[in-house]
Amino acid sequence: MTSFPWLSLIIFLPLVGAIFCLLVKAESARWLALGITVADFLLSLPLWWLFDPSTADMQFVERASWISSPPVQYSLGLDGISFPLLLLTTFLMPFCVTVSWTAIEKRVQLFMSMLLVMETAMLGVFVALDFVLFYVFWEAMLIPMYLLIGVWGGPNRLYAAIKFFLYTLAGSLLLLVAILALYFHGGQTFDIIALSRGTYSASLQTLLFLAFFAAFAVKVPMFPFHTWLPDAHVEAPTAGSVILASVLLKMGTYGFLRFTLPMLPDATITFTKPMIALSIIAIIYGAYMALAQTDIKKLIAYSSVSHMGFVTLGIFVLNIQGIEGAVMQMVNHGITTGGLFLCVGIIYERTHSREILDNTGLAGPMPRYALFLMIFALSSLGLPGTNSFVGEFLVLAGTFLWSQFATALAALGVILAAAYILWLMQRVVFGTPAPAHRAHLLDLNARETATLIPLIVLVFLLGIFPNPLLSRMHTSVTHLLAGQKAPAVAVDAQRAPREHAIPAATITVATSPSSSKQAGTR
Amino acid sequence: MTFPVQDLLAILPELIVIGTACLILALDPILAASKKDLLAWLTLGALAICLGLTASHMTGRVSAFSDMVVIDSYAAFWKLLLYIVTGLTVLLSLAYLKAERLSIGEYYGFILLSLAGMMVMVSGADLLTIYLGTELMSLSLYVMAGLKRTEAHSLEASAKYFVLGAFSSGVLLYGISLLFGLAGSTRLSVISEAIATQGTDNAILSLALVLLTVGFGFKLAVVPFHMWTPDVYQGAPTSVTAFMAVASKAASFGAFLRVFVEGLGGASADWSVLFTVICLATLALGNLVAIVQTNIKRMLAYSSIAHAGYALIGVVVAGGSGSKGASTGFASVLLYIAIYSFMTLGAFALVGMLRKEGQESDQIEDYAGLAKREPLAAFFMLVFLVSLAGIPPTAGFIGKFYIFMAAVNAGMAWLAVIAVIFAAISAFYYLRVVMVMYMREADGSSASHSRLETSPALSLVLACALAGVVLLGLFPNSLWSLASQAAPFLK
Repeated sequence: MTSFPWLSLIIFLPLVGAIFCLLVKAESARWLALGITVADFLLSLPLWWLFDPSTADMQFVERASWISSPPVQYSLGLDGISFPLLLLTTFLMPFCVTVSWTAIEKRVQLFMSMLLVMETAMLGVFVALDFVLFYVFWEAMLIPMYLLIGVWGGPNRLYAAIKFFLYTLAGSLLLLVAILALYFHGGQTFDIIALSRGTYSASLQTLLFLAFFAAFAVKVPMFPFHTWLPDAHVEAPTAGSVILASVLLKMGTYGFLRFTLPMLPDATITFTKPMIALSIIAIIYGAYMALAQTDIKKLIAYSSVSHMGFVTLGIFVLNIQGIEGAVMQMVNHGITTGGLFLCVGIIYERTHSREILDNTGLAGPMPRYALFLMIFALSSLGLPGTNSFVGEFLVLAGTFLWSQFATALAALGVILAAAYILWLMQRVVFGTPAPAHRAHLLDLNARETATLIPLIVLVFLLGIFPNPLLSRMHTSVTHLLAGQKAPAVAVDAQRAPREHAIPAATITVATSPSSSKQAGTR
Repeated sequence: MTFPVQDLLAILPELIVIGTACLILALDPILAASKKDLLAWLTLGALAICLGLTASHMTGRVSAFSDMVVIDSYAAFWKLLLYIVTGLTVLLSLAYLKAERLSIGEYYGFILLSLAGMMVMVSGADLLTIYLGTELMSLSLYVMAGLKRTEAHSLEASAKYFVLGAFSSGVLLYGISLLFGLAGSTRLSVISEAIATQGTDNAILSLALVLLTVGFGFKLAVVPFHMWTPDVYQGAPTSVTAFMAVASKAASFGAFLRVFVEGLGGASADWSVLFTVICLATLALGNLVAIVQTNIKRMLAYSSIAHAGYALIGVVVAGGSGSKGASTGFASVLLYIAIYSFMTLGAFALVGMLRKEGQESDQIEDYAGLAKREPLAAFFMLVFLVSLAGIPPTAGFIGKFYIFMAAVNAGMAWLAVIAVIFAAISAFYYLRVVMVMYMREADGSSASHSRLETSPALSLVLACALAGVVLLGLFPNSLWSLASQAAPFLK
């Protein structure tokens, strides 16, 4: 639709900025990083209007040969699933810079540079249309993230950094072997679209599913591969936590949507039940663990496990409400949990403690802060009118179509979320102030307010008007499900051609506008 | 006995290298100590000429000296790589020998003699030619390993290397003699024909196969013939270690592939089983033992053992698969070794030149806080280590990518999965160094901290190695096409 290389510019602008950040003084590095991230966001913003919601094809496609043999392409493109995540990433990065403004004092240049490298890698993951290119971006973020946690993290940072690194690396290396196996079975191509059209034998699909699962489930993280997450979250600097929670975790669920579902439809059906079971365990277990935490960051980390459980649940119920809800929930969790981590970072800068008991009764000395924290917290528990409600509602509606029992269990997670969030708020916002820190407790300054306000705006905007976003992903999700349902039905009908499967897909499509409207009008 | 002119022309690069080596040995006593640098530049000049000569004869296949030597794309690939790594080693030595106060002119002569041996190895089409090349390379390396005459470690390295090397040469020779008994010739082409006519069901052939594997196993430093590697790599002067780890390994792989494919290709079903076992043992031991090392040179020694294991995957799958798969399998080995050369050389260059109080700081602990003291050096080391761990977008990833691809193509995805698990393990010990550099503070006074002793020569080495690691990672096309041009000449 346009020959202007939007996506290349958006991906590589931060990388260029990263190089320059290393060459300037600390103060200039801050401004440079802010300038670059804001510019990158502004650059990605026109896509919102240029994006054509009526097609499921990839848009803004760029193609060039990268490696000639085997044919690896530098090919980029956006569809309704990657598009919200791209915008989410570019939107959040400036706040990662501003929240680190004074919190990061040592080696500022390197820090800002690593943030920008991360941005390039994360954006690359979402727009890559070649599996090897995707893998390169996917792995390239490991080193900057390792450094972000390990150099600027908390007291136990070395352990957390290496744990994060090894967990994710071990998972993704299996993905590499799976990619190569797909290459030889899928017509000697790494093109994601072409590979998605191929059909693979059931045994191969099962093996590939497990390899994909190893990579993506660790990243999400799904129970029982979540153990790196609380460590990494707690020890990472605030910006690192925000990146981890808001974007990195989404890469796992994005992987499921982009690769597992379209490429391995039969295996997806086979593994639906265990995947849903793991999701529900994650929802309840994460929430239950969150109840027990005394460290605010750790509490939010476990709440992430719970919330990401909703996302994987939505993905694997395999209907339009579920998947749209999942994508919605990915964006929402990015905004809400990102906001919560920013809030924790702001209070940590003042009290140098993340313990709940050291940070009680903030409503008195920091009223503005308390208000913002409260809004994010209510969004996190899925209060109607906030963004998370839309996502969770859609996911639960989708689950309801799949199994009422599963819905009941998942809804338990929502109740537990209300419990741990409200209990947290009761102590942190309204508790008796901890005397030790009273003197340091200045309310939000202009920079911090400016960091939080845009997120708050989005919390309500997406909560009240989710349709602009939903409509942009709708065609792509429908298309994804059409491909998903076809082979499954074909298997039932003894390898009937795909045309026979379409009615099944259209039935699910027909139910969707009503549900998204329903969610939108709440 | 006459030497036809065209035969001599075919081996002109070898002649130039040997001639320059003799010239250096002759010039060394009459040059003043302050002018010894001249010898290094002379060496580099000779290498540049050879580079041009070899690069201009990249295609075709020329046999010389009644088939004892063959000049083809395959040999040219290795020779180009050898010139480059030798050139970088010479530049590194220029800086390193000064820092160690070793002003020895013969050093460059030995490097060139060793290089000549390596060139003969990769060009040899006769087992005895290859044997001669191996010996010329090894004898020069024995001397170079013991260059620090006042240090016990260095002498120990030299003695150990010599004893084990001589032993392995003996085993190699024994294998060669058995093959001579079998085929009536040491010519690879004749041996190949003999295997084709006599079949592989032959006890002498099997014994010869095992003996040759042992002999080459020592040179390649694969498990269980690796025992000398950590001690020798640690004790030898670091510039020599870099040369051994890179050039001698590359040449050994070149000769090894030539012997086993061109000569013993008929028995590939037998040797690929043998190498599968060796490959798995090498991957396991190299990667696991590297974890517990506290000396960075020993760690890199085990890492180089492990990398030989990855390269062997390519050999195994090429030996076990059909003709088309074989060629890409061998090409992936060539590519892997070339990429390995750049990252290992870069890492050793930094190890040699990070010094405190006039001494090399080769303990991993010495790297604490390096990112603060020497941000650029730490960054370079980071890139080399990340590449060694095989993480994109560095060249190390491309190397592993092609190797795993060959494995999956040959239907040996299980081997790739095992290799992948060890790759994840290897990330642990490479990243430990990154951790020490970036996340730990150095204790003690700043005078006792290691710093990089910079010099223009060292900067050039590091820049070349970094460029190799980064550019080959981003644009692997040209290297891959070179490697896949060269590989089909193995037949």
